[in-house]
Amino acid sequence: MDINYYKLSAGGKFAYKFKQFFRNFGSNIAGFFKRIFMALVSFFRSVGKGFKNFALNFYHGNVLTKLSYFIMGAGHVTRGQAVRGIMYFLIEVGLVLYTMFFGGKYLVMFFENFFTGGNIGRVQTSTSDVWDDDLGEYVTILGDNSFHIVLYGILTIFIIVFFLICYVSSTKESFQLQQLKVIGKKPDTITKDMAHMLDGKFHITLLSLPMLGLFMFTIIPLVTMILIAFTNYDAAHEVPSKLFQWVGFENFSQMFNSNSNLGRTFWRVLGWTLVWAVFATFTSYFGGMLLALLINRKGIKLKKMYRTIFVATIAVPQFVSLLIMSKMLDAGGGTLGSGGGIITQMVEKLFGYHLNFGVDIQTTRILIIIINMWIGIPYSMLMCSGILMNIPADLYESARIDGASPFRRFMKITLPYMIFVTGPHLITQFIGNINNFNVIYLLSGGGPGNNMLYSNGAKSTDLLITWLYKLSLGTDRNYKLASVIGILVFIISATFSLIVYNKSSAVKGEDNFQ
Amino acid sequence: MSENNIKAKTLTDAQMGDKWRAIDKMEASLTQMPKKKRRGGMKFWRLFGDTTGQIVLTILGIIWIFPLLYLLIQSFRKEPGAFSPTFFPREWTFDNYIRLFRDTPFLRWYGNTLLVAVCSCCITAIFVLSVAYAFSRMKFKARKPMMNAMLVMGMFPGFMSMSAVYFLLKILLPDNYQSLLSLIIVYSSGAALGYYIAKGFFDTVPKALDEAARIDGASRFRTFYKIVLPLSKSIVIYTILTSFISPWCDYIFVSYIMAGVPDVGMYTVSLGMYKWLELEQIQQNFTTFCAAAVIVATPITLLFMWLQKYYVEGVTGGAVKG
Repeated sequence: MDINYYKLSAGGKFAYKFKQFFRNFGSNIAGFFKRIFMALVSFFRSVGKGFKNFALNFYHGNVLTKLSYFIMGAGHVTRGQAVRGIMYFLIEVGLVLYTMFFGGKYLVMFFENFFTGGNIGRVQTSTSDVWDDDLGEYVTILGDNSFHIVLYGILTIFIIVFFLICYVSSTKESFQLQQLKVIGKKPDTITKDMAHMLDGKFHITLLSLPMLGLFMFTIIPLVTMILIAFTNYDAAHEVPSKLFQWVGFENFSQMFNSNSNLGRTFWRVLGWTLVWAVFATFTSYFGGMLLALLINRKGIKLKKMYRTIFVATIAVPQFVSLLIMSKMLDAGGGTLGSGGGIITQMVEKLFGYHLNFGVDIQTTRILIIIINMWIGIPYSMLMCSGILMNIPADLYESARIDGASPFRRFMKITLPYMIFVTGPHLITQFIGNINNFNVIYLLSGGGPGNNMLYSNGAKSTDLLITWLYKLSLGTDRNYKLASVIGILVFIISATFSLIVYNKSSAVKGEDNFQ
Repeated sequence: MSENNIKAKTLTDAQMGDKWRAIDKMEASLTQMPKKKRRGGMKFWRLFGDTTGQIVLTILGIIWIFPLLYLLIQSFRKEPGAFSPTFFPREWTFDNYIRLFRDTPFLRWYGNTLLVAVCSCCITAIFVLSVAYAFSRMKFKARKPMMNAMLVMGMFPGFMSMSAVYFLLKILLPDNYQSLLSLIIVYSSGAALGYYIAKGFFDTVPKALDEAARIDGASRFRTFYKIVLPLSKSIVIYTILTSFISPWCDYIFVSYIMAGVPDVGMYTVSLGMYKWLELEQIQQNFTTFCAAAVIVATPITLLFMWLQKYYVEGVTGGAVKG
């Protein structure tokens, strides 16, 4: 940093840092894309190398190796690795059977109109029942299920990719076995292979089950739902009675079109989501820090009791505490003297003012942020206490000797230290608040509604995530919009994470692995 | 002053002197701050600060405990209805608790939640710890790409994929896809994504220990099981604690999986109790809800208090690591 920096006034310093931040922001983003580009280059380079070896192995291989390019595992079985060879063979047979009898047709239908737009699937479920001679009654003939086509299509693509990886590695191993034979070494036995799985290849043992779970119930569904954003899957195209279509980016353009009801609603919900996330994060963070300072102050008595009280509020399940809060704040009839929850009545008695929680938009929003402090402050207090203890005491000592006031000590030592240490956590909290379903849904349910300002089931305190929930569960199920919102939430989270990702020392340290 | 100005100017010696003088002046202003007047004054201010702090803390404590206290007291209220105008009930009773266990399926919900919590916490703990260990200690080609992919996946809202998960469950478990088994699958299958905190902790366990063990001929598995795990007690407890508590607190996933299930006996506590507070039911069920909330919250709170130390370690560890 330049020396002139110190001559700047406080405002000037802030402006300088602010500018520096955005200047770096550009290069951070550029750096990120450069990194992605480099990763892609190295990926394709290694794929190219793989292909080269794949071909070379075939060229140099003997008959058995060449055979195992067509019948997986042939090389293994004939060279003393029977179990491994049979496993490879079964994988190949499995893939062929799977594609022939199941995956293949879905894959074809998946790609049929993928690039041109149009129906997913061919046969629509018949609208009127058809007479069945064998059963002697009218039956509905089920057509194709568009959702299953998308789901199984993706599954099949992943399975084929997995198979290709197996295939390439089996040919490679086959060639290695051939070379081992030439120099007269024996291949590993199956017992040795198994032992290896607990040692050198222990990561395969460790990762296989968690990755299978992740693959089945996170990756496949996630990719499916991402693709649903490019279809028109909603209540009007409900499976299995109707087919739905690929529509390209139409949902996105509708969502961003601020002239339509949907677009206006979206921008309003997005605005409130960001406002909420900023306020919720900062109030809880600084409140928690101040509380931690207060509790850890030297002269304070009964520290343990206070800490217990605050920690209790973290421990009580949120649906209990938030639901009871929402009932305590109930607006009753919405006018003076119309009853309502205990807090509403107390406020009315003390100040003669009726809290219109869940009726008036501004009141509800402000109260939600305040109640979130009740949830969030103890949490950050717990975190800050631990870190406060770690600030070197001699820093304070020397500041005190120099005559710095407590306020100055806080501003110059505590705050910079805390922000430096917990900076990444602050962003994580921010993203967490963007996705804070519980606080909003359990407190206000997204309400109060306003049909003039909001459409598609959204209400005035809905976040993107609660809107997503309503869209995928409500009466007019609108999966396509839910998916679009999911993708947008991802983009927002990713943008903010990118800032941390490039700044965080933890990431940089990761490069020095082992 | 623009950044360019700062950098582009070549500073002459004289100018440089100016800069240093400015800094000296600034430092002087820092060091020559007025010393506190008298010792007596200082004592007064300290006492004043302590008293104010104590008062503020007491007020905050009351605010924080108020809803919980209200909940506890309302669970003993005799008169029915959702709202009472007073903090303390007119008549005290134990009936709400008796009704809770005799007339409602609460005990079944409790059992369901306990079963789901125990199963999913076992699976989650195993998944998280093994993934974290693999990424922290093993060196393999796919390590970095896998970590990046998981980072990206974690940024999508978890609920987004629920519609597809629902379809998948319907295909895999055609007869009972709206069951506790589905819930266990939903809670634990994606657990691997939350490996960061545990990995951060494993990273701090000295690698020299591993190497020593490996020189002595221990396999990776033995090193993990006999050396790293025993040293990571706090992170193991943290993982178990958080994954045990989350099914008790979850509403979003259970309400989706169990949507439209006629048999209320299949619910978990959060879903069942949420229904009690819906508009049609709240008048008759509010006090029962309070009683149930006390029964649910007490063990969880005690458990949390008991293992608080480990929770803090996990949270701060994660926060510092980023």
